[in-house]
Amino acid sequence: MSDHPLLSVTGVTKRYGAHIGCADVSFDLYPGEVLGIVGESGSGKSTLLNCLAGHLAPDAGQVVFDTRGHGPRDTITMSEPERRMLGRTDWAFVHQHARDGLRMGVSAGGNVGERLMAVGARHYGDIRGKAADWLDRVEIDTDRIDDRPSTFSGGMQQRLQIARNLVTGPRLVFMDEPTGGLDVSVQARILDLLRGLVRDMGLSAIIVTHDLAVVRLLADRLMVMKSGHVVESGLTDQVLDDPQHGYTQLLVSSVLQV
Amino acid sequence: MTVQDYQAEPAYNFAYLDEQTKRMIRRAILKGLAVPGYQVPFASREMPMPYGWGTGGVQVSAAVLTPDDRFKVIDQGADDTTHAVSIRSFFERTAGVETTTKTALASVIQTRHRIPEAALTEDQILVYQVPIPEPLRFLEPRESETRKMHSLEEYGLMHVKLYEDISRHGHIATSYAYPVRVEGRYVMDPSPIPKFDNPKLDDCPAIQLFGAGREQRIYALPPYTKSVSLDFEDHPFDPSKAAHPCGLCGAEDSYLDEVILDDKGGRLFVCSDTDYCEERQAQGHRGKDAA
Amino acid sequence: MIRIENLCKSFTLHNQGSAVIQVMTGADLSVAQGECVALTGVSGAGKSTLMRMIYGNYVAASGHIFIGDMDVTRALPRDIIRLRRETLGYVSQFLRVVPRVPTVDVVAEPLRAIGQDSETARHRAEERLARLNIPERLWSLSPTTFSGGEQQRVNIARGFVHDYPALLLDEPTASLDAVNREIVLDLIEGAKARGAAIIGIFHDEAARARVCDREIDVSRFAGVQAA
Repeated sequence: MSDHPLLSVTGVTKRYGAHIGCADVSFDLYPGEVLGIVGESGSGKSTLLNCLAGHLAPDAGQVVFDTRGHGPRDTITMSEPERRMLGRTDWAFVHQHARDGLRMGVSAGGNVGERLMAVGARHYGDIRGKAADWLDRVEIDTDRIDDRPSTFSGGMQQRLQIARNLVTGPRLVFMDEPTGGLDVSVQARILDLLRGLVRDMGLSAIIVTHDLAVVRLLADRLMVMKSGHVVESGLTDQVLDDPQHGYTQLLVSSVLQV
Repeated sequence: MTVQDYQAEPAYNFAYLDEQTKRMIRRAILKGLAVPGYQVPFASREMPMPYGWGTGGVQVSAAVLTPDDRFKVIDQGADDTTHAVSIRSFFERTAGVETTTKTALASVIQTRHRIPEAALTEDQILVYQVPIPEPLRFLEPRESETRKMHSLEEYGLMHVKLYEDISRHGHIATSYAYPVRVEGRYVMDPSPIPKFDNPKLDDCPAIQLFGAGREQRIYALPPYTKSVSLDFEDHPFDPSKAAHPCGLCGAEDSYLDEVILDDKGGRLFVCSDTDYCEERQAQGHRGKDAA
Repeated sequence: MIRIENLCKSFTLHNQGSAVIQVMTGADLSVAQGECVALTGVSGAGKSTLMRMIYGNYVAASGHIFIGDMDVTRALPRDIIRLRRETLGYVSQFLRVVPRVPTVDVVAEPLRAIGQDSETARHRAEERLARLNIPERLWSLSPTTFSGGEQQRVNIARGFVHDYPALLLDEPTASLDAVNREIVLDLIEGAKARGAAIIGIFHDEAARARVCDREIDVSRFAGVQAA
C-alpha cells in the first residue's frame, strides 16, 4: 500500500449565501481505499462530492490529487483544461441517475467508447473491441452493443454508466448514490460488481449515499456529515457498530432491520 | 469610377448594407481568417429575404464585394435555380456589379452546398451559406459547452458520431457537412457540401468564407489552409461519388445529380456543377444521354 | 503477539440522556504465538466487547491493544485495514456478505485481498470448503440462503483460508454437529501449531478444554456501572 495519499483534502468549504453547503472538510484518501460519505438529505454530502470532483468551486480549501505526470497538484487552482483532462482520464464520476451520465441518443458501444476517443483513440476496431469487453465485464450482453441506453433497464443503464466511466482505467471514482433508485436485487448486483472492480483495478473511490448497508459492504472508511460538517469519521464497521457522536447513533439506530 | 456610378438602385448604399455594418462584418472576417476554423460571432442584420435563403452568405458577399468584382452564385452547383438567380439579381440591383456563370471569370462566388469543380485561384473568394455552423451541435446541445469544447480542443465527441455511423451502417454514412480539422486545431463544419467536395477545401488557393446569418457566426479558411476530414485509422475518409459518368458531358470526375425522367425507372446522372458541364460540352465532350 | 494493557471501555448514549455505561476497566491480557486463550464469564460480562475492541470494531476509551507492533487503539483506519487483511483474522458468529456472491468467492476473498490471483485463491477456498463438508453443489451459490450450520462453516472456511498470525474466534463450534466440530477443532490446533496467537469465546467446555491453554474470566475487568 502506498504511503502517499492519492487525494488530500484540506478545509474545503462551500457556502450558498448565508447557508453552509459544507464546512472545513479535511481527509486523506489512499490508493485502493473506498471512502463512504453518509448523512441525511441536505447534510452537504453531495455538495462536498461536487467540490471534490471539480463540478463546483469551493469558497476555501484545497483538493490535492497525486497526478501521474506532475505529482501532487491542487485541482481547485489548476487550469480548467487540466481539470477537465483529469475528468476524462484519472477521474470518473458515476451519477445517481444513469441518464445524467450517459448519452441517451448514442449506442451502448459509443457511450463506452467516448472516453477512449476523448483521449485520442482513433481505431474503430480497437474501440469497439474494448467497448465489448467492458460490456461483458459489467454483465451486459455484447449483442446489445449497438442498442441505445434508452432501451435498457435501470440496472443495465447504471452498469453501462459504470463501464463508460471505468474504460480508461481511472484511479479515482466519485459516486453519487450509485444504487439509489434501483430495486434491491439490482442494487446487490451493482454492489458486487463495484466491489470486484475496486479490488481488481486497485481503484480508490468516494461514495456518497444515505444507505448505510451500501457503505458497510463497499467502504473501508466512513465520514458522517450533518449540516455541512463532518461529525464523525473512522473505520466503516467501527463507526456503524460503535458510533461516538450523538447524530451517528441516531442515524444508525434509525435503520429499519430486516 | 466611383461606387455611385455602379449604383443601380440609388436609394440604397452600395451592396445594400451600410458602411458601418460592412465594417463590422469585415472585422469578423479578418478575425476568422486570423484564426482559421474558429467561429466568430457577428451582429447579423435583417436582410430582405428569409433565414435559410442565404442571409449569412449574402452579408459576407456584401462586405467583400467591390465595384470591380465579377459575381457568381451557385445553388447545389447550378447557376439557374430560383435561389441563385434571386441572389445574383439582388447584387446586380444593389451593387451593380457584373455577374457571370463562368467559374473561371468570377472573382467572388457565393455558394450553397457545393464547391465548383473547376480549380479555384488566388484571385477568388468563395462565400459559403451556412445553416448550422456548430459541428458539435447535434451531439451537445449547450452552446456554452460546445464553445468550451472548442477552446479546450475536446473533440472526442466528434468521433462518437462517426463511430455511431460505422456501428449502424458498417461505414461512415455521413455524406454531407462532413467535419474537418483545420490546421490541426479547430473542428469545422464545412456547411452542407457533399463530402465529395471535402478534399477541395484543403490547400485551396482561394479565400473561403463561411457565413451563418441566423446563427450569427462567420468563419474562414485563408488560402492554402490545411483541412483534414475526420476519420478512423481502420475506416479512412472516402470522398465517394456515384459510379457513373455524367450523362451529358461524360465527365468521370464530377459530382452528379440524379434526375428522374419518368415513372418507369428512367433516370439521368448529370454534373451538379452546370457551368462545368456546359464548358465540357462546349469543348465537344458528349455523354451517353446527350441529345 | 497480542498484548492488552489497562484497557477501558464505556458507551455514551447521547440520545438517551447521555447515559454513560462503563463496561470494562483495567483489562490486561497477553497471548503468545502458538497460544490459545479462552475468554470466559457470564453473558454480558464483556467477552464480545473485548474481542471487538481488539479487532478495532469498538473504540477503546483508554489503554492499549498491541497486535505485533501496532497499537490498535491509536492506529489510523488504513493501518487497521492492513492489519485485518494481513495479520488479524476474525471469525464472528454471523456471516455478512454481499448478496449474490458465490460461496467459493466469499471464502476466497481474504486471499484476493492480499493480492493472490483468483485461480490460486479459488483453489484454496475449495479445499477449505471441502474440508468443512460443504457440498460442492453449494459452492457456486450465495451463502445467504444456507442453513445456520452451513453459514457458520462458510464463515470458518473464510476465517481460516489465510494463515493469519493472530485469530479471534467467536463461538466457532456453536451450531455444529460432532463431525464438523471435530474438524474445526483440528483447524484451530493446526493454527496453533503454525504459531498463531488465538483468542476465543467457547461456550462448549469440552472444546475449550481441548484447544485452550488458559482461560481469562473477563468479569474481573467489569466496569463500575455509572448511574
